[in-house]
Amino acid sequence: MSRPRPLSPHLSIWRFQLPAVMSITHRITAVILTSGTVLLTAWLLALAFGENSFNLVSMIISHPLGQFVMFGYSVVLFYHASNGVRHLFWDFGKGLDIPGVYTSGRIALAAMVVLTVGFWAFIFFS
Amino acid sequence: MARSTNSMRTPLAKVRGLGSAKSGVHHWWHQRLTAIAMVPLVLSAIYLVFRIAGSDYNQAISLLQNPFHAAILLLLIITGFWHCMLGIQVVIEDYVGSEWGRITSIMIVRAILILLATLSALSLFKIVSI
Repeated sequence: MSRPRPLSPHLSIWRFQLPAVMSITHRITAVILTSGTVLLTAWLLALAFGENSFNLVSMIISHPLGQFVMFGYSVVLFYHASNGVRHLFWDFGKGLDIPGVYTSGRIALAAMVVLTVGFWAFIFFS
Repeated sequence: MARSTNSMRTPLAKVRGLGSAKSGVHHWWHQRLTAIAMVPLVLSAIYLVFRIAGSDYNQAISLLQNPFHAAILLLLIITGFWHCMLGIQVVIEDYVGSEWGRITSIMIVRAILILLATLSALSLFKIVSI
């Protein structure tokens, strides 16, 4: 017991692979999204409390730092949604082979980029 | 597995409520149901964000007073917080070693999420009735 012995899995010598990275990212984004629900609650509370609190929250959101948080939250949401749909396909037994897992992973990443760019393009140009 | 012949109870009745599974199927199924429900709900909510972005107080209020818009938000609040609760529970169960720590942290997270969901829903009710 005194000698520190290597523990399996040997994460330090593993090459990063797309499915593994996307899997843990799904979890991390889940935790971020859950923490971010406090923002939705805050926004609704501000609206319920009246014009002054709503204007304050609007000011915070439109500040560059607020916009950065909003952008980050949108990326996280679109990642988790795209990869979540990928998970649903797996639940139906579709695309469970190795090439399929890579293909759907790339599709989910592409969907995340398209959704994020499309969302912000619509916000700014409409 | 040896079959017992001296009992009228079915094998299913004997194992029900035993073992480590307890309520796993229910949890798994609800995680998927809420996930599927959130696809149209999140898309509708994005539509609401487009309509509400850059609007002032009165515009935001009147937009949410549309029953369809309020329904989207209320359903998203219920489904979303439920989905969060189920998901975070699994994360805690995977990473927190001690049973005490597991049970307490799940209870704390649940309490916080229930509080946030209630505050969100009540705020929405107030907005609708302004």
